[in-house]
Amino acid sequence: MHINDMPANSIQKISAFTLLIRVFQRDIRLAWRRRSDIASVFFFFIIAASLFPLGLGADPKLLHAIAPSVLWVCALLACMLSLPRIFAADYADGTLEQLIIANQPTLLIVLMKTLAHWVLSGLPLVLIAPLIGLQFDLNVNELKVLALSLLIGTPTLSLIGSIGAALTLGVRGGGVLIALLILPLYIPTLVFGAGAVNAVATGMSASGGLSLLGAMLALALVFAPLAATLALKISLD
Amino acid sequence: MNSLAVENLQCIRGERTLFESLSFSVNSGQLLYVQGDNGSGKTTLLRTLCGLSQAHAGNILWNSENTKTLAEDFTGQVLYIGHLAGVKEDLTPVENLQFAATLAGSAVSRAQAVVALTQVNIARCADLPTRVLSQGQKRRVVLARLWLQKNPLWILDEPFTALDAEAISALTAHIEAFVKNGGMVVFTSHQEPAFDAKIMQRLRLA
Repeated sequence: MHINDMPANSIQKISAFTLLIRVFQRDIRLAWRRRSDIASVFFFFIIAASLFPLGLGADPKLLHAIAPSVLWVCALLACMLSLPRIFAADYADGTLEQLIIANQPTLLIVLMKTLAHWVLSGLPLVLIAPLIGLQFDLNVNELKVLALSLLIGTPTLSLIGSIGAALTLGVRGGGVLIALLILPLYIPTLVFGAGAVNAVATGMSASGGLSLLGAMLALALVFAPLAATLALKISLD
Repeated sequence: MNSLAVENLQCIRGERTLFESLSFSVNSGQLLYVQGDNGSGKTTLLRTLCGLSQAHAGNILWNSENTKTLAEDFTGQVLYIGHLAGVKEDLTPVENLQFAATLAGSAVSRAQAVVALTQVNIARCADLPTRVLSQGQKRRVVLARLWLQKNPLWILDEPFTALDAEAISALTAHIEAFVKNGGMVVFTSHQEPAFDAKIMQRLRLA
């Protein structure tokens, strides 16, 4: 059979943009076929955050005071729990190799996978957090800032986390190692995220904390995919 | 007409030098059969060629340009099939083939993917999740990419494992047809393959 007679002869080229969208869609589709994985992280957040009102008793003042930190810490842990999902399964079955040698820069593919991770694990937290916040006696204004701070902060968590996920590929006990590597790097996001909500709760403006969260997101958007790409190449070598 | 040239390649794994001062070149219309004992560095060489592993020294040139500079412009030309399947168990064979083609920068319709699966005799599994297929069937899904994608360079690590005699001869014929029509293939195999000696070069790693 001549190569031009193969069914491949009518194959069309796709643009870089389409390729990247397909990478994103694939991760969403795979996650949808394993819905329980996404749900478990989501419910971890709900349960962990709900333990505090139950454990501390019905003291609205105390709950109100600790709410921003508790909700942010729970969101951070939930996000961290889901980090291995970014690359580990693809690493195990060899699809990560195929992604690395794709037709487009690995950097952009890593960025797409991180974006998919955020949509699957960060975004649901942003949406449910205001509801959980009601348990802590937060008012509408505080809930708005909470959701907004998570909306800006959780993508940063996914981006920073992708570095840890890439570095710990194929390492035994990788889950604990990710926590040790990544949690210290999460501290600034936690401080300013919880800080923004605390500021509103004490009658100050949240804009300082939110701006800093935005700045960190911009910084992470530039540097984290670069670091994660290098880490992936080391892990696969 | 493409060419792949390797100059003074040296690969080190841990403390051990697998090979050094390795030079060879392959052109369109040629096969390179990489031979060697277990642990002699065949897989490392193949992974280094497609950019997954880094060489300690030496250059790999694609049409006289360094593959490190070309980066994805080179890797996009390569169809690599390694020891790991590179298919997702939760996707169907059709979805897997379509995504593999996407990564190579081309769009493949469902019908085209099914035609490729027909070539490897597993069209009836086209819409089952890949996880329910047997090892041999999964291997066929992986190899179906060779009937679908147009990459000019194939790097195949043990393409004949887990295949029955009939499938081996079909694959041999397919690879040979690809090479005779201007393709380039670098492969390893433990069984002596039945390729036309005129188009096949050998490289023995000690």
